[in-house]
Amino acid sequence: MNRLKPSWQAVLAILLCLIAVALGAIAAPKIDSLAQPVGTLIYPYGAATWLIFGALLLAALISMAKLPPMIEAVVLFIGAHLAAWLLIRGIAGFEGLARAPYFLLLASAWLLGWRCVAVLSGLRPTASWARTALRLIIPAIFGAWILIIWEAVTRGAGIPFILLPPPSAIGVRIANSLPVLGADVRQTIFKAVLFGYVVGSGAGFITAILADRVPFLRRGLLPIGNMVSALPIIGVAPIMVMWFGFDWQSKAAVVIIMTFFPMLVNTVAGLAASGHMERDLMRTYASGYWPTLIKLRLPAAAPFIFNALKINSTLALIGAIVAEFFGTPVVGMGFRISTEVGRMNIDMVWAEIAVAALAGSVFYGVVALVERAVTFWHPSVRGG
Amino acid sequence: MDSFRDKIIPVTSILAGVVVLWYVFAVILNAPFQRDLDTRANETPGTVEFIGKTLSQPKPTLPAPHQVAVNFFENTFLRPINSNRSLVYNAWITLSSTLLGFAFGTALGIVIAVGIVHVATLDRSLMPWIIASQTIPILAVAPMIIVVLAAIGITGLIPKAMISTYLSFFPVTVGMVKGLRSPELMHLDLMHTYNASRAQTFWKLRVPASVPFLFTSMKVAVAASLVGAIVGELPTGAVAGIGAKLLAGAYYSQSIVIWSALVAGSIVAALLVMVVGIAGRLVDRAMGGRTA
Amino acid sequence: MRGPSPAVVSASKLGLTFQTNDGPVQALSNVDLTIGKGEFVSFIGPSGCGKTTLLRVIADLERPTSGAISVNGMTAEQAREKRAYGYVFQAAALFPWRTIERNVALPLEIMGLSRTEQAERIKRTLDLVNLSGFEKKYPWQLSGGMQQRASIARALAFDADLLLMDEPFGALDEIVRDHLNEQLLQLWGRTNKTICFVTHSIPEAVYLSTRIVVMSPRPGRVSDIIESTLPKERPLDIRETPEFLAIAARVRDGLRAGHSYDD
Repeated sequence: MNRLKPSWQAVLAILLCLIAVALGAIAAPKIDSLAQPVGTLIYPYGAATWLIFGALLLAALISMAKLPPMIEAVVLFIGAHLAAWLLIRGIAGFEGLARAPYFLLLASAWLLGWRCVAVLSGLRPTASWARTALRLIIPAIFGAWILIIWEAVTRGAGIPFILLPPPSAIGVRIANSLPVLGADVRQTIFKAVLFGYVVGSGAGFITAILADRVPFLRRGLLPIGNMVSALPIIGVAPIMVMWFGFDWQSKAAVVIIMTFFPMLVNTVAGLAASGHMERDLMRTYASGYWPTLIKLRLPAAAPFIFNALKINSTLALIGAIVAEFFGTPVVGMGFRISTEVGRMNIDMVWAEIAVAALAGSVFYGVVALVERAVTFWHPSVRGG
Repeated sequence: MDSFRDKIIPVTSILAGVVVLWYVFAVILNAPFQRDLDTRANETPGTVEFIGKTLSQPKPTLPAPHQVAVNFFENTFLRPINSNRSLVYNAWITLSSTLLGFAFGTALGIVIAVGIVHVATLDRSLMPWIIASQTIPILAVAPMIIVVLAAIGITGLIPKAMISTYLSFFPVTVGMVKGLRSPELMHLDLMHTYNASRAQTFWKLRVPASVPFLFTSMKVAVAASLVGAIVGELPTGAVAGIGAKLLAGAYYSQSIVIWSALVAGSIVAALLVMVVGIAGRLVDRAMGGRTA
Repeated sequence: MRGPSPAVVSASKLGLTFQTNDGPVQALSNVDLTIGKGEFVSFIGPSGCGKTTLLRVIADLERPTSGAISVNGMTAEQAREKRAYGYVFQAAALFPWRTIERNVALPLEIMGLSRTEQAERIKRTLDLVNLSGFEKKYPWQLSGGMQQRASIARALAFDADLLLMDEPFGALDEIVRDHLNEQLLQLWGRTNKTICFVTHSIPEAVYLSTRIVVMSPRPGRVSDIIESTLPKERPLDIRETPEFLAIAARVRDGLRAGHSYDD
């Protein structure tokens, strides 16, 4: 008996599978598809039904045997994803006709996927490349399952396209509208966001240095800066559109205002972050304001400054996109989102959001990489 | 006395400086249009009269502080509260969805954080996505949520509150995970020597340790929640709310209306953050924290 | 006060009062002290006796509120501006973003020395503290003892004649501490520097010093000054000799006398 090590996920998966078998067909056949000659691929599932059951049951059973975790994970991975792929492929042409077994099988495959992630999470490999790989693979499987469930449920249950299009449709839309998306990115990100980000962060930084030199200014600006960062600054967007017109300049102005205060507050905090002992040390060298600033206080403030740069990378994107809701020329990500929403082209909106998410992550990622290179010495970076 | 000298004087003098600069810029920015008007009316006002006129245009490029103040005062205190021109009414509309969304967002954030701290699978699979999602301009989703929900018949408070929920649960999750993990190894080892159950460790050690983190992230969350509610009012041409006021002001170029709506939004934001801050301090004191 | 050598540090009627929220605290009161060239002087006493404060006053990190202090015949401030001393803190206080050699180069950069001069001095001082071969390492890659040695190298790099050390080995374990004490003595013998050394370890003070200044708290003041009769050459096992133990006993008595004051 101790040859087995059942997990609740695998047991539940088998149970769901058996219920699904008992309930019969995975999806109702379409009226017109009944007219098709038997044996063509269009018939709902057919032999694939047994392949799905087989993959799920086999994977679940094997996973319960006492195997090395690595093999168990691979078996579960293949079983769960094969079943999910067959389920999604099979539903093509039968959207909205899925019956209870479809969802039971999906849940069963998902449970196996979960078990797979759980097994992987339990691994503690010694090689550093293996740890890195695991750190990427585990969230990747999780992300993949969000897409799988999204795709399977929207198509299986026939959720109206305007409510939530399946990811595959969004992917197709992205592939088909690359020129439009490219133009939007150019308008919003390469003009408004980058310009505003550089100017806003730069101005915040310079003001912080100024406030550092003049204590009176610092004592006054810091509480104001802290308060302003809690305010809905995004509301200045209509004013900026009135002042600077519809083109990217008004969006850049919004971005400048939004990125200024986080940089100011963080830099001022960072300049106060160097230790007493280190500052005393510089004093014993009779070091002046600027040498101390450059050799000690700015390096010590770098983690804070990069924190602001990271916050700002997201704020800048939000500022530019939302500012476009208040009026733009006929190009730009915010413009596209608001007009396509109006036309109920929800897949285009999702495509634009996916691009915005990608741009945001890349932007953030670049800043984070530079941070790692510059603040390599900081415990948070050193520790992994 | 020290806080008076170190804080209040610098802050008030900088604010006073801002007001003076504001007046200066109001004159400069409104001057070209005023000059146009005067030329057309064939008037040649003196300098003082000219400056006075730039500060009292009905739709100025930059309204003077007193114009905004008067508009704000009229729409806050002089109108019946149920009038849809009343700022109190509009602020209440926005505030209600902010609070609803904030409550849901905080609850959701705490639940997810507890899950992440206690289930290794969630920690390793979900946490990277939570962090990655902070880099995404989530606000871009707002119009779609509003319109799509409107298409299936859900309008009003709920869609806006959903956006607020969405925006506010991220900071709470991240802060709470940090807080629940903040007990030192020594304290965890101590609980271990008592053979404390996971639930006991959770309630007696992790929860108290996480409270300061919770309130810090709730301050961020409540501000984000308000932004979410305001932006949620933009796409559908909502009839009421601070966002609707902004949009209407932009549509009719009523700069004074925009500014006073902004002031209202800022006051609501400051009040919300302050209330969360005070609540945090009260809880901290009740738990025997040092009064700082 | 002492011998023919010129005074490096001389304090007379030195007093320092801190204003705190709980009222004024007298950290130093009526301190008279002269330290000659080439001496190794330890300051010892319980916490709060003002030994660190006295060192900080010599370094011009604190200003005395009464009395006078001169360093190398100048005011403490002038001496600091002339970079008359090297200071070693309780912790290594190395900059984590600089390698060991760049850390040692820090004061040299601030003083505007040429690159070649810097390189030559870095090599010499790292040799002196036995850290050759670790130039390119970052501080966090070294042990605590090595970090503290690097910070001593940094204090030695610009060839000041006076070395001020504020419990430099306080955070290290006893084995490392013994080793560094030995090395410090050798270094002192080779360079003929004047060293002011704050500690709260009696054996450390006796082992290292030519003179031990015993201090007591509330108000911080000098309660006794003990001349060491130990020879300049001191192997570690000198600590078992009766002579050593006698001096240690005198220091302990001095500390106890100062302590009974506030019971």
